[in-house]
Amino acid sequence: MNSAVPAAALAIPVLPRASSWVGFRTLLYKESLRFWKVSFQTIFAPVLTGVLYLLVFGHMLDTRVEPFAGVPYSTFLIPGLVMMSILQNAFANSSSSLIQSKIMGNLVFLLLPPLSALQFFAAYVLASVLRGLAVGLGVFAVTVWFAPPAFDAPLWIAAFAVAGATMLAVVGLIAGIISEKFDQLAAIQNFLIVPATFLSGVFYSVHGLPPFWQGFSRVNPFFYVIDGFRFGFFARSDVSPWLSLLVVMLAVGVVSAVALVLLERGYKLRT
Amino acid sequence: MSIAAIEASALTKRYAHVTALDAVDLLVQPGECFGLLGPNGAGKTTLISIIAGLARPTSGRVRVMGHDVTDDYRAARRSLGVVPQELVFDPFFTVREMLRIQSGYFGLARNDDWIDEVMANLDLVDKADVNMRALSGGMKRRVLVAQALVHRPPVIVLDEPTAGVDVELRQGLWQFMRRLNGDGHTIVLTTHYLEEAQQMCGRIAMLKAGRVLALESTRDLLRRIAGVQVALRLRGGLPPALREQVVEEYPEHVVLRLAHPREVGAALEACRRFGSDVEELEVGPADLEDVFVQVMSETPVRSLT
Repeated sequence: MNSAVPAAALAIPVLPRASSWVGFRTLLYKESLRFWKVSFQTIFAPVLTGVLYLLVFGHMLDTRVEPFAGVPYSTFLIPGLVMMSILQNAFANSSSSLIQSKIMGNLVFLLLPPLSALQFFAAYVLASVLRGLAVGLGVFAVTVWFAPPAFDAPLWIAAFAVAGATMLAVVGLIAGIISEKFDQLAAIQNFLIVPATFLSGVFYSVHGLPPFWQGFSRVNPFFYVIDGFRFGFFARSDVSPWLSLLVVMLAVGVVSAVALVLLERGYKLRT
Repeated sequence: MSIAAIEASALTKRYAHVTALDAVDLLVQPGECFGLLGPNGAGKTTLISIIAGLARPTSGRVRVMGHDVTDDYRAARRSLGVVPQELVFDPFFTVREMLRIQSGYFGLARNDDWIDEVMANLDLVDKADVNMRALSGGMKRRVLVAQALVHRPPVIVLDEPTAGVDVELRQGLWQFMRRLNGDGHTIVLTTHYLEEAQQMCGRIAMLKAGRVLALESTRDLLRRIAGVQVALRLRGGLPPALREQVVEEYPEHVVLRLAHPREVGAALEACRRFGSDVEELEVGPADLEDVFVQVMSETPVRSLT
């Protein structure tokens, strides 16, 4: 070992001053750095996927479908695609980060320090929101090349982007907590998140659906996220944006409460 | 009396069908180097997990430097550095990033001087900017030790730190631990290498099936095995009278256990009368392994403190 360091320097009579703000900030930094270091996979790949959807569906259906009178289908589709990208990536970030840490065993580095459930929750969710918004912004930036955008109410756009990303970031966190293996997480993603996204009006206005599926959409919180988000672009929506915001905030509240209780109890994290 | 470094009382942990810990009492004093020994499944890792807050006790309490690990978990965890048994790492980061991040989790933002010092002591300086994935197993182990020390914990727990580690690193690690211990850190370690526990630890607890079978100073434990071990290389064979004392037998030599050093003379005399020449002779004390084997063969009793 290195004998150049005087032995006395290692003596530790008192604990250094610690701040819980630093704990949260560090976890947020680590979670953000984690996806940023593999941004090709976590940001650029989903942007490409979103653009492909627009190319295929937009061009195929531009002349045949017009969900909102006077709005070309491609233009109509953009907000839906942007929101779908936000939701899926916010979910993917918290859930995959947590399950990877569990399977790699390095979750122990987060369980040994004095991080509270709230710090843990806030850092994971915020990092996932950042990734969701980064991908959403990327999809939007590219799609405006293909179809003219509309910006009717930017504040609504921002509000629903953040609220939707938060909702799915929290759901992703819950999925990461309760899953023990990748295939359990994949099941939640494929049988819950993807159907809920596709059946929420990403590609259509729910008014065009048969009555049963219209009713189904009304109980799907994803529908309100996309409907409210789209209102920000066209000032037109299936339901009032205030109602949508209320539903989304309620959903965020419920899933957050569940996530915090799970974290507080150490469910499937501490034995 | 000063506050105990670790204090466990009536600690019990039950899983669905297994009782991993059964009413364990344990008191580790500040500045001690304390060994936890026991066969696989004895409950060593469960005990460490509860102390570290990774597992929750079914009943009983644990305090680290006087802080309850459940009610006052922040202070308890700040007082504790744990080197986990598994060789875990985060593949996204370099060694320095990892140590900075770990330091931040403990609420320490500007800690680079200490991080540099820990890295220097563990010979990690060359690897500071290398990704964790690219490190050898031994290097990963050093990073785990460094991570456990970033927040300068007064109590350090090492769960089998030398399992699968080469001799050089093992010795370096022990040297470093001795120094930390000398500087006032309390050290608790589990190990399979009894020799190590014998050299490092002032006191030792032996666990079996979730219970503490023995908790004594290493010296007292060694006294439990009275007598001496005698290794003999004989030309002419072993006299039948000494057969009963044989504990180990090799082609070239035998090892006898004698109840008292004064019996050595009689044993040599027996060889002489049998017509056997003593070509080589080595007399030494019993080692911890003998105590371990003896304690493990005893019936489990209530834990003692």
